[in-house]
Amino acid sequence: MSFELFVFYLFAAIMLFAAFRVITVRNPVHAALFLVLAFASSSALWLLLEAEFLAITLILVYVGAVLVLFLFVVMMLDINLTPLREGFIRYLPVAVLIAIVMVAQMVMVLGPQRFGLDQMPAPPRQPATYSNTEELGLLLYTEYLYPFEIAALILLVAIIAAIALTMRKRPETKYQNPGEQVTVKKQERLRIVKMDSE
Amino acid sequence: MKQRVAGFFKSFLLWELLKGLRLTGRYLFSRKITVRYPDEKTPQSPRFRGLHALRRYPNGEERCIACKLCEAVCPALAITIDSEERDDGTRRTTRYDIDLFKCIYCGFCEEACPVDSIVETRVFEYHFEKRGEQIMHKEDLLAIGDKYEEQIAADREADSQYR
Amino acid sequence: MEHITTYWQALPPNLQLLLFNVGKVLAVMVPLMLSVAYLTYAERKIIGFMQVRMGPSRVGPKGLLQPIADGVKLMFKEVILPANANRFMFYLAPVLALGPALAAWAVIPFNEVAVIADLDAGLLYVLALTSMAVYGVIIAGWASNSKYAFLGAMRSAAQIVAYEIAMGFALVGVLMASGSLNLGKIVLAQQGGLLNWFWLPLFPLFMVYLISGVAETNRAPFDVAEGESEIVAGFHVEYSGIAFALFFLAEYANIIMIAALTAVMFTGGWLSPFTGVLPAGVFQWPVIGYLLGDGVHWFLLKTASFIFIFLWLRATFPRYRYDQIMRLGWKVFIPVTIIWLSVEGVAAYYRIGPWFD
Repeated sequence: MSFELFVFYLFAAIMLFAAFRVITVRNPVHAALFLVLAFASSSALWLLLEAEFLAITLILVYVGAVLVLFLFVVMMLDINLTPLREGFIRYLPVAVLIAIVMVAQMVMVLGPQRFGLDQMPAPPRQPATYSNTEELGLLLYTEYLYPFEIAALILLVAIIAAIALTMRKRPETKYQNPGEQVTVKKQERLRIVKMDSE
Repeated sequence: MKQRVAGFFKSFLLWELLKGLRLTGRYLFSRKITVRYPDEKTPQSPRFRGLHALRRYPNGEERCIACKLCEAVCPALAITIDSEERDDGTRRTTRYDIDLFKCIYCGFCEEACPVDSIVETRVFEYHFEKRGEQIMHKEDLLAIGDKYEEQIAADREADSQYR
Repeated sequence: MEHITTYWQALPPNLQLLLFNVGKVLAVMVPLMLSVAYLTYAERKIIGFMQVRMGPSRVGPKGLLQPIADGVKLMFKEVILPANANRFMFYLAPVLALGPALAAWAVIPFNEVAVIADLDAGLLYVLALTSMAVYGVIIAGWASNSKYAFLGAMRSAAQIVAYEIAMGFALVGVLMASGSLNLGKIVLAQQGGLLNWFWLPLFPLFMVYLISGVAETNRAPFDVAEGESEIVAGFHVEYSGIAFALFFLAEYANIIMIAALTAVMFTGGWLSPFTGVLPAGVFQWPVIGYLLGDGVHWFLLKTASFIFIFLWLRATFPRYRYDQIMRLGWKVFIPVTIIWLSVEGVAAYYRIGPWFD
């Protein structure tokens, strides 16, 4: 077994274990942290595939930002686990059915008749000067420019929608505007009155 | 309006913050005023109120006449005095205790004393190793008085015109 | 010498590679750890001086052994595990805080050749690792089972996520100007003296990066995660002994790293400011020419000056209020960077000045 293969199996095993723990572990904070582990090992797998841009972006976006917010929320909420687990047996048959359907779909789409080594030619070895980032940028901003920009627009709309949905001014809330606070002048607040000494 | 625009640029360009940085930057090079304590000491006033002492007259007789004015005036109730008639018929203390944990070093005992017996010296570097040692007895206080008598007398002399 | 080379050649190539790389890592880590130790000394001295005090002056001549005394003290203190704390997470957190701070040094170029890993996507790697640093703080706060620590962690999480975006945008500006993600190439794109460095065309981004760097490392005036006066010591309130020391090391290693990155990306890394200013003949002089020419000493000097600015800020400013921090991050820095990126885009399109050609 070559070293590369060993590394692949090592990270794949860690990733499978972490992904399994995400759904089985009781504590939601632990689940989120196992998700971090799963992302980290999948990013290592991408590095093995020489997709360093994707690998680092995965860490940057998902581990560095999305999961931090996830953890933020999960830690703040005091989730009571017992009511969440109450209907476990009742929903089990439906859940198993859905799981089986999903596995079947994945096997059909990703199975060897489509993604097998005989179907997909191995990607050509790239020279050491090959820049993953540059290639990706060229593709995104030429061939896939419209899908890329449309995706960006949709995300922007989603952000604005989320903010618009949660932002509501309640009349009783009090807050300070730091911008106005710092522009206050002494003359506006203080009146000096000259008085004769008695 | 004009002021608001000026204010905006002033805060956006971090003007006030730069002024603050200039101030601390200037102090970086100024003379340091730290006193490196055990090697250097700040000057003491002759009125310094430190460890207590009981004084004696030049002939060796203890000054304290057990009038208990200091005990009465002490705001922290740190002084305890017992007295008896001595063989020569004079009134003297048999017990003169100061609890240094209670004492607040206000100097009232010194002010109250009619014979300048109880005084506070310049000594402020002392410590106790066991509980109970903080109660100074008559002998301890007299010993301190004997040890620092020269300094004590000089300090009273220097301050006498203001009393 | 010959003996050593024969022994070296006798080793299997894989082992040679391993030893060589471990050697490179040690060559960066050991000086880094020493500078972290003496950065604590420098901080106490400089802040002391600015407050008209003397700072540490007792241990060794001029207090120079103070960091070592502190280290020894912390090493021999007990690490206390709070009741009902999560033991594994509690001990993992300091390691997670220190790991990214040290790992990011892999791509910092000291000069053309002296870099541990000459990564193509070095800039992205640095960004990814600085964003990982928040995990040490969050996990420490959560695992301590303490309200103060938890509040500190929450504050720090929100703050780091907010400032990371501004920081990322500032770095996008650098990458637009240099046309590369490789830190070495970014430095080489700034060749040609003081005025060719990126701080001039990217001045707003430079300021945003420096200030976000202060916020990202949880340093005063952005140290709400620690905020002694409000939440005791914030996320590391329950830590003692060597575990606390690791957090301390991580904080200072991060400061040095942010300063080094600023030096690399905005002030031309190892490049000398005098290239193109002084006549070329000057650089041929024996010692002076070497000192004035490009070299690792310029990189260290620039890094040291940025570290000094970190300490200067800490000595000068009171702590930001939390809502002001958020306002600064989201409502000031991000718009500023976006505006300046468009300005820069125009400048780059018309190939203005020595920077965008």
